[in-house]
Amino acid sequence: MLTVPYTTGYLTEHFADDAFTTLAGYRARGGYEAAKKAVTEMAPADVIALVKDSGLQGRGGAGFSTGLKWSFMPTEGDAPKYLVCNADESEPGSFKDRILLERGAHQMLEGILIAAWATGADATFVYVRGEYAFPAEQLSRAVAEAYEAGLLGENIFGKGFEHDVIVHRGAGAYICGEETGLLESLEGKKGQPRKKPPFPAQFGAFGMPTTVNNVETFSHVPHIVRNGAEWFKGIGTEKSPGNTVFGVSGHVVRPGLYELPLGTPLDEIVFEHAQGVPDGRKVKGVIPGGMSMPILPAGMLDVPMANEHLRERKTMLGTGGIMVMDERTCMVRTACVITYFFRDESCGQCTQCREGTGWLNKIVERIERGAGSESDLDLLLDVCGKMEAKTICAFADAAAWPVQGLLRHFREDFEEHVRQKKCPFPESFEL
Amino acid sequence: MVISQEARAAIDGEIARYPRKRGALLPALHVVQNELGHLSPEATREVAEIFELEPVEVMEVISFYNMFHAKPGGRHHVYVCTNLPCSLRGARDLLRSLEAHLGIEAGETTSDGRITLGHEECLGACGYAPMLRVGETYHEDLDETRAKEILDALE
Repeated sequence: MLTVPYTTGYLTEHFADDAFTTLAGYRARGGYEAAKKAVTEMAPADVIALVKDSGLQGRGGAGFSTGLKWSFMPTEGDAPKYLVCNADESEPGSFKDRILLERGAHQMLEGILIAAWATGADATFVYVRGEYAFPAEQLSRAVAEAYEAGLLGENIFGKGFEHDVIVHRGAGAYICGEETGLLESLEGKKGQPRKKPPFPAQFGAFGMPTTVNNVETFSHVPHIVRNGAEWFKGIGTEKSPGNTVFGVSGHVVRPGLYELPLGTPLDEIVFEHAQGVPDGRKVKGVIPGGMSMPILPAGMLDVPMANEHLRERKTMLGTGGIMVMDERTCMVRTACVITYFFRDESCGQCTQCREGTGWLNKIVERIERGAGSESDLDLLLDVCGKMEAKTICAFADAAAWPVQGLLRHFREDFEEHVRQKKCPFPESFEL
Repeated sequence: MVISQEARAAIDGEIARYPRKRGALLPALHVVQNELGHLSPEATREVAEIFELEPVEVMEVISFYNMFHAKPGGRHHVYVCTNLPCSLRGARDLLRSLEAHLGIEAGETTSDGRITLGHEECLGACGYAPMLRVGETYHEDLDETRAKEILDALE
C-alpha cells in the first residue's frame, strides 16, 4: 500500500499525520498563511520575482523555471486566464504526485492559490489521471473544504480576489501528460498535442492564456513564500535548488518514495536509502528519471541527481523516478517493455513517431527472439535519429532516448542475442 | 433513452463547471460508463446529442482513451500493470498465473461474465509492485496467493 516517504523533508514531513489531510490539521501546521501573506502583503509581480529568484524548476520532467513560466502570462486584457495543474502522472517509474495529492492536497491548493494571485488566473483546472480515483477524491474533498472556508471562491482573504478550482479526471492516455495534449483532452478531445507556437501562455485551455504546472511544483510554492528565496536556494545544488520526491522501484530492498535535496548522489539513493539490491546481487543499470530518460550502467551511479550533472552522463532528472535493474536483467527485454509502451501510447499524429515507435518495438522483439542481425543494432539507432526533434511534441524523443541509452551502455547484450540466436539471460525477468 | 435521468443530471452538473460545454465530455463519458458498464452505440449517440456533436466525434474520443470501453465486458475489470517497474518484480508471472486461475487470456472475459482480465501500462504504483486494479481500486505489493484471493472475492 501507498506509504509515506521513507525520508521526508518540508514537502512530506507531516504526511504520516492523518489530520494534515484536513483543512483544520493543515492550518494547525501554518497552512494557508503563505497564501494569505502573498495575497494581502505582496504585489503579484513581487510573487513572480520571488519564485523566479528562488530558482524553482518545474518538477514534471522538463525542469523549466517556474517563475519565468508565470511571467509569460499576459497582464493586460479582460479575457479569462487559467492555471492548469498537471496531475496526469503517467511516466513509468514516477509515483510521487499521487502521494502529494493523497496526503498533501491542501499544500498543493495553497500553491495554486499563490500562483493564481501572481498570474491573475481566474480558475485552475486540476487534470488528474483517470486511474487516480482515490487521489482525485482526496483532492475534491480538500477543494470543498477550501470553498467552505472562503479560501476559494469570491473575495478570498477579503481582498476581492476570486479563484475557482475544478477537479477534472482524465481517462487513461500517457500523452495527456504533455501539456498541450492535456489541454486538448481537457477540452473534451483526443489528447493530441498542439503545434507550438502559440504557447499556452497565449493560447491555452479553451483558447485562453494558461500556465501549466505539475503537482509537486505547486506544492513547493507555499514553502518558498513562507521561508524566502534564500532559504530555498540553500537546499539542493546551486543550479537545481530545493528538495524533490524521488520514487525508487525495481530490484531494491526498499522500494518507495524518498524526499531528498536535488543533487543527492544516485548511488546514495540506491544503496543507502533504498538499501541496494536484494540477496547480495549486483546492480546492472539504473534508469534515473522515469522511463523516458536514458539508463546509466552500474559504474556511473556516482552522479548527483541534478540536471547539470546528469546531462554530463547523457541523461536527465526527468520526474525523478529511479528504476533499478539487477545483474540478471536482460537489457533487450528491458528494451522490449519500453518500446512496447511507447508504441502503445503514441497518439499517432506524427508519422515519425507513429511508425518509428512500432519499428523500434518490432526490431528489439526480433532481437530478443534470436532472429535479429548485426545490422539491426545500427538500424535501431537510425530509426531513433529519424524520430528525434522531428515531431510536434517530445514524445518521439522520449521514445528514442531510452533505446539510445541501452545501446550506448549495453550494446554487448544486444550483440550476444544476435550471436547466440537466443536470449542469453535465462534468469532475467519474464516478458 | 439508455442514459437515466440521474446520469443526465450529473452530466448537466459537469457541464456547468466548464467554460465550454465540450470540456465536460470526458466526465460525462465516465458518468455514463459507470451507469451502463460500457459505452454502447446508443449511449454514444445520446452523449453526442447532449454535447451537440456528431456521434463519430464522441466515438473517436472513446477509442482514444484506455479507460473507456465501447464493448461490454465482465462485471469487474481487472488490470495487471506490466510496465517495467512491475515486470522487474514479477508482474508477467503474476498475469500468467491469473490467466491460468481464471482459464482465460488477458483481454478475455470469464464465461460467467464475472471478470474481464487485462494488462495495462504504468498505473503509478511502481514502488508497490506488482499490483493490479479492480475498477477504481488499487491492490499493491501482491503475490500470487493474495492476487487470487482478491479475484475470488469478486462477485
